[in-house]
Amino acid sequence: MAVEAARRPRKSGGTAPLQALLWRRPWLRAALLLLPPLGWFVVIYLASLGLLLITAFWQINDFTTQIEQVWNLNNFQTILLDPTYRLIIGRTVVLATAVTITDAAIAFPFAYFMARVASRRTQRLLFAAVLLPLWASYLARVYSWILILNHSGLLNWSMQSIGLPAPNLGYTNVAMWIVFSYIWLPFMIVPTYSAMERVPESLMEAAADLGARRWRAVRDVVLPLALPGVVAGSIFTFSLTLGDFITPVLVGGAGSTFIGNVVYSNVGIANNIPFAAALATVPVAIMAVYLIIAKRLGAFEAL
Amino acid sequence: MNTLEAGSGIRFRLATMAAGAIIMLTACGSTGTTPGVTLQQPPTAGMKPPTTIGPGEGALKLIAWEGYVDRSWKQPSIASFEKDTGCKVTAKYAGSSDEMVALMAGGGGGQYDMVSASGDADLRLIYSGDVRPMNPDLIPDFQYFQTYFKSPPYNTINGIHYGISLQWGPNVLMYNTTKFPIKPTSWGVLYDPANRGLITVPDNPIQIADAALYLSATTPSLGIKDPYELTQKQFDAAVTLLKQQRPLVKKYWPSAGDEISLFSSGDAMVGAAWPYQTSTLKAAKKPVADTIPTEGATGWGDTWMLATNAPHPNCAYLWTKWISAPQAQAQQAVIYGETPVNTHACALMEVMSPGSCAQYHADAPGTYFDTIKFWKTPVATCNDGTKVCIPYTQWRTAWTSIIS
Repeated sequence: MAVEAARRPRKSGGTAPLQALLWRRPWLRAALLLLPPLGWFVVIYLASLGLLLITAFWQINDFTTQIEQVWNLNNFQTILLDPTYRLIIGRTVVLATAVTITDAAIAFPFAYFMARVASRRTQRLLFAAVLLPLWASYLARVYSWILILNHSGLLNWSMQSIGLPAPNLGYTNVAMWIVFSYIWLPFMIVPTYSAMERVPESLMEAAADLGARRWRAVRDVVLPLALPGVVAGSIFTFSLTLGDFITPVLVGGAGSTFIGNVVYSNVGIANNIPFAAALATVPVAIMAVYLIIAKRLGAFEAL
Repeated sequence: MNTLEAGSGIRFRLATMAAGAIIMLTACGSTGTTPGVTLQQPPTAGMKPPTTIGPGEGALKLIAWEGYVDRSWKQPSIASFEKDTGCKVTAKYAGSSDEMVALMAGGGGGQYDMVSASGDADLRLIYSGDVRPMNPDLIPDFQYFQTYFKSPPYNTINGIHYGISLQWGPNVLMYNTTKFPIKPTSWGVLYDPANRGLITVPDNPIQIADAALYLSATTPSLGIKDPYELTQKQFDAAVTLLKQQRPLVKKYWPSAGDEISLFSSGDAMVGAAWPYQTSTLKAAKKPVADTIPTEGATGWGDTWMLATNAPHPNCAYLWTKWISAPQAQAQQAVIYGETPVNTHACALMEVMSPGSCAQYHADAPGTYFDTIKFWKTPVATCNDGTKVCIPYTQWRTAWTSIIS
């Protein structure tokens, strides 16, 4: 007993100064909490981005395909001057924009209904319905679209059954647009919905008191307040389309190459990592510009 | 025991064939058409192969194409090999040549024993020192191999064998027999505007060689002799032809499975393929057939190669001996849809599937191999020593501009 009694105070005496220290110096507590994740972030994320940027200024020896650490701008020159890469970058950006606009156009009325019209029960059901496709694998969802769009697929079959010409959308850029819009739609609906849900009912009542009809109130009150949510969603739809390379391989046709496909083939097949790195900085730059605009529009308050 | 770890399900081989390789200056001379030239020795050239096969080490770890180490094989079965030799077989399937090269880094990493590498990966593996010489005298069936495959330039350098040939196959012209009741005799159907939107070809820079092969027959003035060794003028002509072809192409197929679905759904009616696609589609009762057109064809050759740091070299030799025997050769050929290198397999193929020996050209005379241009990585130094040939990196770049 005496031994235990003697041991106990010593034990607590060992931890008390540390607790006291942490209590007296709150910054130390914060530092200890943040250091591991922050260190991880710096090492894994920023360091790899930094390496990417550095590699982009190197080149490979055409002959041995080994990386040569010679500083030059040749890779960027090729990307800017070769019409092939301008075409690929242009195609990727145009499709990402089209997908974003399509998703916003579908998500806005949907989210409005969910947030402001539907009953609590319907709202929950709709929310589950929006998230349900995310349970299935990405590949399964893309492949199911191939079954719909290909030559002997559901779409051609139904059109022909009612006497219309077959649209033959399989393996085209239109097919990519449809599939991307479908796949990323939940990422647009969720932030738009949460932004709309935050618009107080009192504002709508005030608008009504001031004589605004329903549509006027939606346009002048809900739309501006929900816009940050739409912009936040557009960050997802835009960046996810911008970086994708699987859907172009699966549903794209001839002339559906994306930035990601060129990066992939340069790393995996041609072993030209410097060029792949240079090309990979293009979506990074595009997203940086996009995020600056999104920040101006208040997207980050809606996340 | 999950002894077969399926890697990626779809075999991406063609899409990544002839990948940019770490090829030394002299590797290009290894085509063997320049007699008397001694090529640069690979790092492992000095490693003496054994002269006898010792007792098995009890295990064997393989890197293979899907379907190359198949537990469903019956005669002979892998279980019987394990029982006879005591070597427990574990296979990892690789999806592409690049994956094979990556897995074999560090001489197999002291983990893997062998790899069933294809022609385009071979020189990379040899010149990076990841594989070591093998002694064909320890493989009794080696003497019955087709002469070409005893020392093909993609696995034999300066007379040293860096592996034992396994199977090969041509790249064929596959077509829908309903759309083409008369068998096409020329690769020209793939460049014919009448077939707009019905054509599919592999998404692979090596297609430039297929275009060059076609041009070598149709435009002799270009003087193309070897479709993997193109001067700027010849290369430009091939690229121009492929750019004219692009509006006609439905899709550049990334994997064999994709081409099979394109033909099944009717999206594609004619295209470049492997015999494997034809046999799969025929088994599914689809109206397809394939042919080697008059211009000839490109092809691939696979080799079992021994890792430099293989932990079970005796089991590796026992395996090579086993897989080179006529029965195993015939079985793999018929099930996979390719051609054995062992000439004694022909009769056994006939028993398993009548007509298959002739269908896969397993009984072909030596002259037949002049019509097949086996894959190799294009390098800057041409066979005659001049440096005017277009290297693979430019093939890659040109291919990107063609399909975009």
